[in-house]
Amino acid sequence: MGKKSEVLQGTLDMLVLKTLDTMGTMHGFGIAMRIEQVSRDSLQLNQGTLYPALLRLEQKRWIASAWGVSDNNRKARFYSLTEKGRRRLQEEADEWKKMSAVINRVLKGAA
Amino acid sequence: MNWGVKRSEREIATELEAHIEMAVERHRRNGMSEAEARRAARLDLGGVEQATEKVRDQGRLPVIETTWEDIRFGFRMLRRSPGVSLLAILCLTLGIGANAAVFSWIEGNLLRPYSGVEHQETLYMLAVKNRGAAGYEPLSWLDFQDYRRDCANVGDFIAEKISGSTLSIGDRAERVPGSVVSSNYFDSMGVHPVLGRVFEPAEETGRNGHPVAIISYDTWKIRFHGDPAIVGKTQMLNGVQHTIIGVTPEDFYGTFVGYAFKFWVPVSMQERFEQGGYKLEDRSAHWIEGFFRLKPGVTLEQAQTAVSAEAARLEHDFPDSNRGRELRILPLWQAPFNNASSLLPTLRISMGVALVLLLIACANVGNLVLVKCLSRRHEMTVRLAIGAGRARLIRQLVTESLMLSGIAALGGLAVAYLSRDLLLAFIPFRGVPLRISGEIDWRVLAMSAGVCVISTLIFGLFPAFEASRVDLAGALKSESGGVVGAGGRSWVRSTLVVVQVSLSFMLLVGAALLMESVMEIRGTDPGFSTSVLSTGMALPPTTYDTARARAFQDNLLERLAALPGVESAAFSRTRPFAYSSFSQARLAMDTYQPPPGVQISESYSEIGEGYFKTLHIPIVSGREFLRTDDEKSPRVAIIDETMADTYWHGRDPVGQRLQVKDQWMQIVGVAKAVHYNSILETRKPFFYVPLRQNFSSTFAVYLDTRQSVESLGPMLAREIHALDVDLAAYEVIPMSEQVHRKASSQQVALWLIMIFGAIALVLAGIGLYGVMSYSVSQSTRELGLRMALGADARTLIRLVMSKGAVLTGVGITVGAGVAIATTRLLGYLLYRVSPRDPLAFTAAFVVMAVTALVACFLPALRASRVDPLRALRM
Repeated sequence: MGKKSEVLQGTLDMLVLKTLDTMGTMHGFGIAMRIEQVSRDSLQLNQGTLYPALLRLEQKRWIASAWGVSDNNRKARFYSLTEKGRRRLQEEADEWKKMSAVINRVLKGAA
Repeated sequence: MNWGVKRSEREIATELEAHIEMAVERHRRNGMSEAEARRAARLDLGGVEQATEKVRDQGRLPVIETTWEDIRFGFRMLRRSPGVSLLAILCLTLGIGANAAVFSWIEGNLLRPYSGVEHQETLYMLAVKNRGAAGYEPLSWLDFQDYRRDCANVGDFIAEKISGSTLSIGDRAERVPGSVVSSNYFDSMGVHPVLGRVFEPAEETGRNGHPVAIISYDTWKIRFHGDPAIVGKTQMLNGVQHTIIGVTPEDFYGTFVGYAFKFWVPVSMQERFEQGGYKLEDRSAHWIEGFFRLKPGVTLEQAQTAVSAEAARLEHDFPDSNRGRELRILPLWQAPFNNASSLLPTLRISMGVALVLLLIACANVGNLVLVKCLSRRHEMTVRLAIGAGRARLIRQLVTESLMLSGIAALGGLAVAYLSRDLLLAFIPFRGVPLRISGEIDWRVLAMSAGVCVISTLIFGLFPAFEASRVDLAGALKSESGGVVGAGGRSWVRSTLVVVQVSLSFMLLVGAALLMESVMEIRGTDPGFSTSVLSTGMALPPTTYDTARARAFQDNLLERLAALPGVESAAFSRTRPFAYSSFSQARLAMDTYQPPPGVQISESYSEIGEGYFKTLHIPIVSGREFLRTDDEKSPRVAIIDETMADTYWHGRDPVGQRLQVKDQWMQIVGVAKAVHYNSILETRKPFFYVPLRQNFSSTFAVYLDTRQSVESLGPMLAREIHALDVDLAAYEVIPMSEQVHRKASSQQVALWLIMIFGAIALVLAGIGLYGVMSYSVSQSTRELGLRMALGADARTLIRLVMSKGAVLTGVGITVGAGVAIATTRLLGYLLYRVSPRDPLAFTAAFVVMAVTALVACFLPALRASRVDPLRALRM
């Protein structure tokens, strides 16, 4: 296993929103697993930062949560994307594309 | 962002536990042992405790949450020093309460004076200004109708005239105020009867044609015992059976500041309720005190322009009656016809005084809070040291201050509520149902809340800044100050005390000046004998035609003059110093030509023979009226000295002639000028005409006697009863009482300023005491040292007292300066007293100095009893 990158400050929100967008309702552990899996294990998510982030997103009304039962019959909190969250994700994704395009151009120019 | 979303400890724990369990399961499936899996799961999470803490932080940041904590902590702090907290709350309650009370009086008597009337912000008063003359006059009914017809597009015109009647039901008869109104009165005021109907336009016309009345709720409830079938019943009012057609709502008292009205009748009944005959067809009979209801979408300027144009047209069309008469639309608080105008200066000054009191209270509480903050220095230091921001500390302290003033604001509103009728208690009227109440509505509440916040900022913010400015390194050294009061921040406390002393001194000066003024007013001779007893009577027009009324008056005068102990008796239409005003008339004389466009108009009194003798008013030239100056003999008049000086310029007017309302009269005498309406009035020309030539069936009775009211009252009642069993006189009072009642605005102002001044004095005393005690307790070491070095008790007392004296001295000096600059504002309340009267300043100085002495002596005594051994070991 090669060296993993740390999740960039501020990108965690987007990752969570995107995960919920694709996967629908999920619990915290599931979200963490999904993010690590999608990044093909090349991202190191500090799981401890996930839960405050979830609460923050919920405070912003981008996601909603409710208690439910997991596959293995365990009481867990399930999160889902709200309409507001979906719009937010779109904005963030657009912003990110623009930003990464710019960074790519800069890097190419520099190379 | 919504801060409402958060997690309870249990929720956080459950969620993280689920996470760990799921992670453990997964690791085990990958082949780890139970222990390894658990360890790995915790590691991934970065520690359960740490994760919990992070979620907790995310949930706790909200301001509301911390504010709630601040409040809970604040309560603990307040409870920890209950004495200081209580004192602070008490001071603020007095300060805020005084403001709320005065504001509720202003609201209830000036801004929104008429309880039960809708939208008073669009209601105005109508009054006529005579070009070139001071003061206002009422309107005539014919003019009123023209305005109503021609200016209907700018608003409603409402006519009213205060009147009265004896209300006699069963065996109880009392004189009650009522009013004569136009038919639109109730609709335009937005007053809807709880029973029956309001007047109809047809009921305005036809001389005495519509004896219908609407009665007040309390009259219905109390006098008619809430009779549900009251509508349609009849009641005798001023000698006429009136059919009761409606009952007003409970909260409506009429539209005249000071009185609670009991009945209303339509204008067609004017002759029965108004002196001076039928006035509905006479354009020069000015009697209507009107209201104006501005139409939505019309500005006051537009309305005034429309009304002025109509006034100009009336002046053009009816020059004889309307020359120089301009109609003004005035705000309610400037209403010239009721008590609003006499309360205005008093309330204005009260507001100022209440604000000063609030400042003093704030200074006092500021000091208390500051001292308390300093004693919490250790706490502040610790909080700063473990990373609290300074802003956070200030917020905590301001929250505590807000709690203090919040509690005090509630107390203040209670004070305002309890004192809503206080004004009435100070006003020396009797015999009429009066109503001068404060009104506590949302404006008063908002104002109190505003005062509360502002005072918090004044007394709370500064100490908070001061206290949070803790020098972390230096704070560990305990604050045992140097020479009494030389501690670093003591200047703040000293300044606050100086502010208190100076403001209190200012109030004391004000109180002393007003007291002198009231004494001066009491001591001033109105020009007539004040020991004369007087009363009033009204002969009902239905049973007394003029001939019968004349006969009654002649008989009564004879009987009264024959009473034992009565030197002489006399009548007049209007009593001096009474509320009802003297008649006014247009004048002309041979000797004086007024400037073009100006109409001379002066007040006069209709008096019977013996008036001057009975009231001991000297006749300077000529003679008094005689019994022979009756309706059959040539018209005569007596003028006063001021009038002689104004229009005859020192020549003897006796024998000259005077034209009163187009009628020529011969001047037969000149009387000494006296006070007619109040001690404070400026001298204006005044004249008299014989009552016999200007008959009135309501009249005042004067008796020059050594007898007391108690012994003479029943005799008078007996004489009247002998003439007519159905008649009674009003209350018998000495003229001194009549004069005294007229000085009520000074009286009220005096009471209020004395009360506020006393409170301020106590507050300043507490402030001084607090600061001195604190300095003494902080410099125990130094005092002990001095003592050990040989200072005796007297020296120490002197040391402490001298500091108090310096503070007081500076305070009084500043206060005197402020007082010199501001006592002018007492204005006309000061009668023959200079705003810089040295006596008042001296008296205030003595009172302040004695208070300061007392306040400083206790701490000084304590200083002298410091145990040197104990102090040095500290």
